[in-house]
Amino acid sequence: MQLELIMSSGFSVFRVAISFVIMCISYMPTIDSLPELSPQKYFSTLQPGKASLAYFCQADSPRTSVFLEELNEAVRPLQDYGISVAKVNCVKEETSRYCGKEKDFMKAYLFKGNILLREFPTDTLFDVNAIVAHVLFSEDVEYAHLYFFHCKLVLDLTQQCRRTLMEQPLTTLNIHLFIKRMKAPLLTEVAEDPQQVSTVHLQLGLPLVFIVSQQATYEADRRTAEWVAWRLLGKAGVLLLLRDSLEVNIPQHANVVFKRAEKGVPVEFLVLHDVDLIISHVENNMHIEEIQEDEDDDVEGPDIDTQDDEVAESVYRDRKRKLPLELTVELTEESFNATVMASDNIVLFYVDWQAVSMAFLQSYIDVAIKLKGTSTMLLTRINCADWSDVCTKQNVTEFPFVKMYKKGKNPVSYTGMLGTEDLLKFIQLNRISYPVNITSIQEAEEYLSGELYKDLISYSSISILGLFSPTMTTAKEDFSEAGNYLKGYVITGIYSEEDVLLLSNKYAATLPALLLARHTEGKIESIPLASTHAQDVVQIITDALLETFPEITVENLPSYFRLQKPLLMLFSDGSVNPQYKNSILILVKQKYLDSFIPCWLNLKNTPVGRGILQAYFDPLPPLPLLVLVNLHSGGQVFVFPSDQAITEENLVLWLKKLEAGLENPITILPAQEWKPPLPAYDFLSMMDAATSQHATKKLPKCMKETDVQENDKEQHEDKSAVRKEPIETLRIKHWNRSNWFKEAEKSFKCDKEL
Amino acid sequence: MGLSAATPLWSSPGLLLAIALHPALSVPTHRDYCVLGAGPAGLQMAYFLQRAGRDYAVFERTQRPGSFFTRYPRHRKLISINKRYTGNANSEFNLRHDWNSLLSHDPRLLFRHYSRAYFPDAHDMVRYLSDFADTLGLHVLYNTTITHVTLDKDQRAWNGHHFILTDQKGHVHRCSVLLVATGLSVPNQVDFPGSEYVEGYESVSVDPEDFVGQNVLILGRGNSAFETADNILGVTNFIHMLSRSRVRLSWATHYVGDLRAINNGLLDTYQLKSLDGLLESDLTDLAILKDSKGKFHVTLKFFLEEAGSNQSADSIPLPQDDNDNFAMRVAYDRVIRCLGWNFDFSIFNKSLRLNSGNAFGKKYPLIRASYESKGSRGLFILGTASHSVDYRKSAGGFIHGFRYTARAVHRLLEHRHHGITWPATELPITQLTSSIVRRVNEASGLYQMFGVLADVILLKENATAFEYLEEFPLQMLAQLEMLTGRKVQHGLFVINMEYGRNFSGPDKDVFFDHRSVGHTEDAWQSNFLHPVIYYYRHLPTEQEVRFRPAHWPLPRPTAIHHIVEDFLTDWTAPIGHILPLRRFLENCLDTDLRSFYAESCFLFALTRQKLPPFCQQGYLRMRGLMSTESLRQHRVESRLPRNHAATDSRLEDSSQQPGDHEPPDAPMATGPLAQSLDSNKEEL
Repeated sequence: MQLELIMSSGFSVFRVAISFVIMCISYMPTIDSLPELSPQKYFSTLQPGKASLAYFCQADSPRTSVFLEELNEAVRPLQDYGISVAKVNCVKEETSRYCGKEKDFMKAYLFKGNILLREFPTDTLFDVNAIVAHVLFSEDVEYAHLYFFHCKLVLDLTQQCRRTLMEQPLTTLNIHLFIKRMKAPLLTEVAEDPQQVSTVHLQLGLPLVFIVSQQATYEADRRTAEWVAWRLLGKAGVLLLLRDSLEVNIPQHANVVFKRAEKGVPVEFLVLHDVDLIISHVENNMHIEEIQEDEDDDVEGPDIDTQDDEVAESVYRDRKRKLPLELTVELTEESFNATVMASDNIVLFYVDWQAVSMAFLQSYIDVAIKLKGTSTMLLTRINCADWSDVCTKQNVTEFPFVKMYKKGKNPVSYTGMLGTEDLLKFIQLNRISYPVNITSIQEAEEYLSGELYKDLISYSSISILGLFSPTMTTAKEDFSEAGNYLKGYVITGIYSEEDVLLLSNKYAATLPALLLARHTEGKIESIPLASTHAQDVVQIITDALLETFPEITVENLPSYFRLQKPLLMLFSDGSVNPQYKNSILILVKQKYLDSFIPCWLNLKNTPVGRGILQAYFDPLPPLPLLVLVNLHSGGQVFVFPSDQAITEENLVLWLKKLEAGLENPITILPAQEWKPPLPAYDFLSMMDAATSQHATKKLPKCMKETDVQENDKEQHEDKSAVRKEPIETLRIKHWNRSNWFKEAEKSFKCDKEL
Repeated sequence: MGLSAATPLWSSPGLLLAIALHPALSVPTHRDYCVLGAGPAGLQMAYFLQRAGRDYAVFERTQRPGSFFTRYPRHRKLISINKRYTGNANSEFNLRHDWNSLLSHDPRLLFRHYSRAYFPDAHDMVRYLSDFADTLGLHVLYNTTITHVTLDKDQRAWNGHHFILTDQKGHVHRCSVLLVATGLSVPNQVDFPGSEYVEGYESVSVDPEDFVGQNVLILGRGNSAFETADNILGVTNFIHMLSRSRVRLSWATHYVGDLRAINNGLLDTYQLKSLDGLLESDLTDLAILKDSKGKFHVTLKFFLEEAGSNQSADSIPLPQDDNDNFAMRVAYDRVIRCLGWNFDFSIFNKSLRLNSGNAFGKKYPLIRASYESKGSRGLFILGTASHSVDYRKSAGGFIHGFRYTARAVHRLLEHRHHGITWPATELPITQLTSSIVRRVNEASGLYQMFGVLADVILLKENATAFEYLEEFPLQMLAQLEMLTGRKVQHGLFVINMEYGRNFSGPDKDVFFDHRSVGHTEDAWQSNFLHPVIYYYRHLPTEQEVRFRPAHWPLPRPTAIHHIVEDFLTDWTAPIGHILPLRRFLENCLDTDLRSFYAESCFLFALTRQKLPPFCQQGYLRMRGLMSTESLRQHRVESRLPRNHAATDSRLEDSSQQPGDHEPPDAPMATGPLAQSLDSNKEEL
């Protein structure tokens, strides 16, 4: 008898089949087969990816013990799995951590390569089976299949042994039960009251199936019973009940008796004219057990029916909260045009079944709450699931989408962040049109100082003023186009009066030029306009909006991210230390940091920063921490030594070391692609399986005449049968397994019909 | 032509003017597009041609559109439903339940404004079609009967030949493309001895008074037969209905051309033994005899042949002579034929090679799945006559089906002759799930023309974006590039609507228990109409389409997804419908299509080298989705996003080296894997 374990990794085609002998081993153990090594020698033998079991013991411990004997026996079977076994003698000269201090506390360790997978106290490895089982299950055996090969019955070695697949999860207990069940007698003949019969099957929790026989048909009945017994191997015990020599009466037509494993349940007398009916009767009565196992199975792995989209899930969880939707006007096909024509409108195009739409609708309502009674802009929304024609006509094909409609002007698409702050900023800044035409020097100064649009500068901390001489017509037009393009994101103005030189001289600018007023810092910079193409102007302004040492937030990261440079980021719990900031700013001025984006992150404002630190550090050293993240090429993360002060000198030195490759990264960001988080239902295989089953049924050989008409009906019945099964049995992972098995059964079903 | 004035008054002067402009009758008038017939299909095609600004004319035999409906159905009740209320505002969705309207941009031209009846009167259809033609100013030449159509070879012509149409006045029209929308106009007649005694559906009296106390035999078992029976059920002695094959019930076959429940009064009285009855026999074996009292007897043709032709009616053997319980042994007062109609092939010259189909397609001209005749390029069949494509399968023979196929044909023509590629919307991949969900929930063309017209999604490189094409003829999938002008380079999805494969059929019990499927994992066994999505890495070839597996509308795909059938046909449930669809799309494209809040994208941007598409296409382009306080709360509680795929790379990098290289105080790896392995940290 032989037990075979076939391991296949995931869905890959590659299978390793190794067979080894556990039971009935005719192999005499010799002490020599267990290598004895010193710790140093042992660790030098470890190979990457290879598993190895080592028993560490004191050199002066007895040479033999029960455990060593058992371990010795496990050498061969484990070797078949490519797992080496060794006894490591802890000699005094070279102690290892794995060598315990006391004799009694010696342990066995399982390594994979040089990584410790697990440790085992010796008492858990009580015998060879336990050793093998524990070691094997420490490795990934999720996709392993266990077969029992019935070779005892095979006389000729060229003949193939029958085999039975273990369907239960591979746990030590299950394997134990499985083997016991396999070893139980295949068919027993009895001539006593079925109610009284007891076999090893009942003790193993299996029901009994009695095939009722009489003298006249004994030979045929025995063949049938054997056939049934093979089919039910491990599921039920099968007995041949000889009616003629029976004292108790059994119903005349009954040809099968079914006895449940539970005690005290009366036996059932059945009339079943088909082997399949017997099988299905047994299988249907085993159900409860299977369901429980399946449920156990499911707790472990993620469920493909569980939502793993955070937006969908949070929107779903929030679905019962009532939003103050009345703060926005709901538009319909009828009201859309009239409303949009009548006043300035912001329209949210959304779809009520789409999670992202519904998440953004909440921000939109928040904008409405903030603007309540203060804005001339009407906040409206239209559900494109209802009014899809309107949305299509407005050229809106992706959702959610925001457009601004102003009287007499082309609608403007909002392209900013889908959030309250940015949309509010967009709406507020759009109260006036851009670029603002400034007509006097005094007005220009007010504009630059922030006085002119006092209420707007909280939404745009920067104001841009384009300076042009009156004759620069195209340049002015281009700038106007750029200003119009940037409306809602930044305040732009234009000055091109005759006295423009007064301004340009004051700010040391050559025309055409931009003046950039940073209101928070009270600074005004001038930027020459080398090219006056609208696109270039937009680029210049967008670049100018970037700060030299910005506080990175969720909102602004993308504008810095697109520069494709490594981030030199200071993580700070609260506002940034002015000294550090100063040091960095000095280095910026000295052009040391041109190839980086120096920035800082305030964990108080951006709590998600903690998640980043957790990914970089373990454990987390005290803050502040200065790290260099090479986001775009290689993903290395370097940390500025925490025992050094962040000074210009130290920083320069550190950066030089980095450049010279003398620093090791603390981590490398994973470069994995974003793969499907979970598999999908493989309907194609399910359909294939159904068709091939159907095709088997259609084989004329094994088809009864009545079946021909019943084919279609059967299909319906099949369906309902499937539906009654527990949900879990249809998932792909189960499907593949159980179906494969069914197919194997089907293939020899025909010739053994009753 | 500028003659498409908007009122009916202008139509005839327009025609006169057109004739006046071409005094020499021998000089043919050229048109790019000629449409034969101003019925629903002709007008629908005219609408699309008009909107595209094409040079076209519709030729109509009578003086107004929809002449068929002025006489048919004889009992005036249309069996196309006019569902005015659905509880849904979506006008596209509502067309799923409006079987009479033609497609147009004008919401006034919806049939519900023309009738309040669920089964409307045919006169309302005539009125509707007139309004449709007039309001839209379609260019119809009324009172113009095309008597002959032939081909004229011409190298320079669009299709290598022109179609030459001659009208009843001898005027000749030369057309680059011919669109035949003449319907089925020739009553189907079966020839057997005594067929001269049979009255036709087209002329039989519709006044029940004419049938009082009569025994009536009706030949046929379609809607016209049952409609005729229904009308006289209450006044006749009994009605027997005779047909070659058993009755096919529409609700069992999902085919609207089969017997509709509204007409099935006779089934009821037959099954309740109220004297009426249904019989099956091949009509061609039949003979009808008239006895001396003018009553009709049913006998078999071969009895007649045996007896010879000179026998008097009363002495010819009858089946009941041998078989005294023969079902039709009674004498009938009337025999009525209700056997449907055939296409009128008579006006088409042989050079057009316009042939009738085989098997059950005999009444229809033979065409491709693109509705183009197999015999001549540039000749398309529209409307009821094009039903051979989906006979007994879908709705292509009816207004609510062929209004979409006319649009598909128009799109093919726009590409073929005007270089306008099939319309498509290009969208980022993050919109993929939503675009499909949107269409399967509202699209009426997919829903009505299930199994015939399907949406196609063409993927762009690296699956970052896609093009969405609507309502492409499914069977022409292999020729998609040529027909649409779009390129298929990176795989495609096809979205089709299907009933369960073994669900419907004339003899099936469609009310069996467990007929509806509710679990997402059973979706492939859905019985009622539900969306099915096919994924192909490459465009299937013509061979693959032709030799596809039996009962499959398309060749075997790389992967397939069924969205589980829904009682409300509302496929927007987040877990039941959208999640499994997303997983399917993700696994086809090998990517992660989840949506993420900006905060998650922020975290990913700083802790991983790659970002999921949603963050790449949204957050990184400064269009990230911010969460509100309440959503943030739920997000934290749900502990999403979980990272199934991510393994901690640090584990290997920083894992300990046992043995002689043991670092004294190396930090421990504490990834999830390390924790689960029950390792003893202190030991290292």
